[in-house]
Amino acid sequence: MFGFGLIKGLWVTFKNLIGPTFTVQYPDKRVGLFKAAKYYKQNPFSFLKSHPIDGLKSIVGQAVIKEYPDQFPRFRGQEFNWYEDRCTGCASCAKYCPLGIIEIETHPGENNIQEGTSYDIDVFDIDIGRCMFCGICVEACPFDALHMGSGFEKATEKREELVIAVDELRSADKRPSTWFRPQIEQSSYQPRDKEMDDFHDIGRHEKPTKEELTERWVNER
Amino acid sequence: MNTVMDSVVFKFIYCHLVSSNECVDSFRILGSGFISEKYSIIGFLITSLILILILINGALVGVLALIWGERRLIGRFQARLGPNRWGPWGIFTPVADAIKVMFKEDISPRLSDKFVFVLAPVLMVIPVLMIFAVIPFGKATFLTDLNVGVLFILAITSTNTLSVLMAGWGSGNRYGIIGGLRAVAMLLSYEIPMALAAVGVILMAGSLSIIKVIESQTIPFAIFQPLGFLTFLIAATAELNRSPFDITEAESELIAGYMTEYSSMKFGLFFLGEFMATIAASAVIVCLFLGGWRGPEIIPSHFWFLIKWILMICVFIWFRATFPRLRVDQIMELAWKALFELTLINILAVAILMLIWPDPTILELWIMTGINWIIFFVSLWIFGKLLGPKPEQKDGVSRKIVLQK
Repeated sequence: MFGFGLIKGLWVTFKNLIGPTFTVQYPDKRVGLFKAAKYYKQNPFSFLKSHPIDGLKSIVGQAVIKEYPDQFPRFRGQEFNWYEDRCTGCASCAKYCPLGIIEIETHPGENNIQEGTSYDIDVFDIDIGRCMFCGICVEACPFDALHMGSGFEKATEKREELVIAVDELRSADKRPSTWFRPQIEQSSYQPRDKEMDDFHDIGRHEKPTKEELTERWVNER
Repeated sequence: MNTVMDSVVFKFIYCHLVSSNECVDSFRILGSGFISEKYSIIGFLITSLILILILINGALVGVLALIWGERRLIGRFQARLGPNRWGPWGIFTPVADAIKVMFKEDISPRLSDKFVFVLAPVLMVIPVLMIFAVIPFGKATFLTDLNVGVLFILAITSTNTLSVLMAGWGSGNRYGIIGGLRAVAMLLSYEIPMALAAVGVILMAGSLSIIKVIESQTIPFAIFQPLGFLTFLIAATAELNRSPFDITEAESELIAGYMTEYSSMKFGLFFLGEFMATIAASAVIVCLFLGGWRGPEIIPSHFWFLIKWILMICVFIWFRATFPRLRVDQIMELAWKALFELTLINILAVAILMLIWPDPTILELWIMTGINWIIFFVSLWIFGKLLGPKPEQKDGVSRKIVLQK
């Protein structure tokens, strides 16, 4: 009948009205009592006891909990993950960077002998404000020492604050992206779930021991 | 003044101010009036001023609530959330909007006709406020009982056309002029089906007074004459410039139509006028077609009116969330080729039924309702055949668009 399409259209929007929304309310979300209790991993009564203010808010659906969007593990984000124990200071990353924003200064190291001569890092600045996250530095790294990060919350007010210094790289959370690192991706690793502190797990091959190095580089020659 | 004194609200305030013979003790709670009856005109004026204050502020708060409700509801209709950050459930969002609008720079273009330019937004708001004067918000809760109430509403709403045209002309902008002219063409066309749909109601009620119309609705007229209700609803949506009839301010074609050059509080007044018009039109539809404050007496009549009112506003929001905008020629075609004839059929049907049963009982009313529904479906089917999509022409060539491979 004429005009039946209009009613069909009205029914479609009405179904949306009743059904769920698909908005991700990053960074925080307002929820009711049961969802808030589930977030704090308590039952509703003990949640009301332990969090009285949030509990009262949650009764009218206004308790604030954190919510993050789903994130693909290969997402190339900010804060490069750098494992100093793997780094030889070869500066491949700096050479291959198309924008030339990685700055490395080294001095010859004594103890940290890996394949060939190793250097200790003095300066490792990455100017993330000019970075385009192409990931060529990560591809170039011969020892899997540099990884893309998975964060996306580095908004600052000054450009200078966007330069990541070496201390920041050392102390940052180790949540590497699995981009160009199939060995991590195969273990179905999610950056949001856990940190990867151990530098043994992160590379394609174990770091050679001192005996192996001595065998390879001293005794064979 | 006698019609005014029928109103409970008016009498309540008046009797606290004036010690008059008309006041019964049931109207006094806080003691007798302190103005002697000799100066009752002062009490009359003060009462009027208080009521005007209540009404205007109520309308403003209603607009704020509607802005919030509309944004929330449209969000939910499109499976998203709508504003939810500023205050619980985002209820302070319209307050922030209002403050922002007031503090914007007030620009008037050099080419504008200043007098017309400034007057237009004011003319947009005033008629809408005047509609509330004749609307009964509950049993005996009204400002005036005009004996030409329906006519008054139809007359007052049509002045909106003038303000839209003034805004389009005065701003000296091509988009504005096009928007204004489109508005005139559309609003004038839709006045006719709107008025004719109201004629069916008036025929049944036997009076132009809104109170009488409500009292005569044993069966709500929306059920009794569906054809009249449908045409009035469509015409009212068009009169409000709301989607799907928002060609006057079509964003994708005309930027903002007649509002293009307006900024700051002048724009705010247009916004206010439009949203207030939605509220007022919903109230009018509730009074004319949904039985006003009538309903089972479980809850007071005012609540019945409020519930119907809010539901009607939600229907307008629902339309806006669903339907895409029509083209200009399609809108004119709908008005002149479909709605106009449908209202005429409605009037004819109601008039003939009134001739057959001049003083109907409840049973006869239901029989009339059944006949009206049959007429409704048959006429819609016929008009669908005449005006609806034609997949094939007479010579058998398909008019459906076939994508070339």
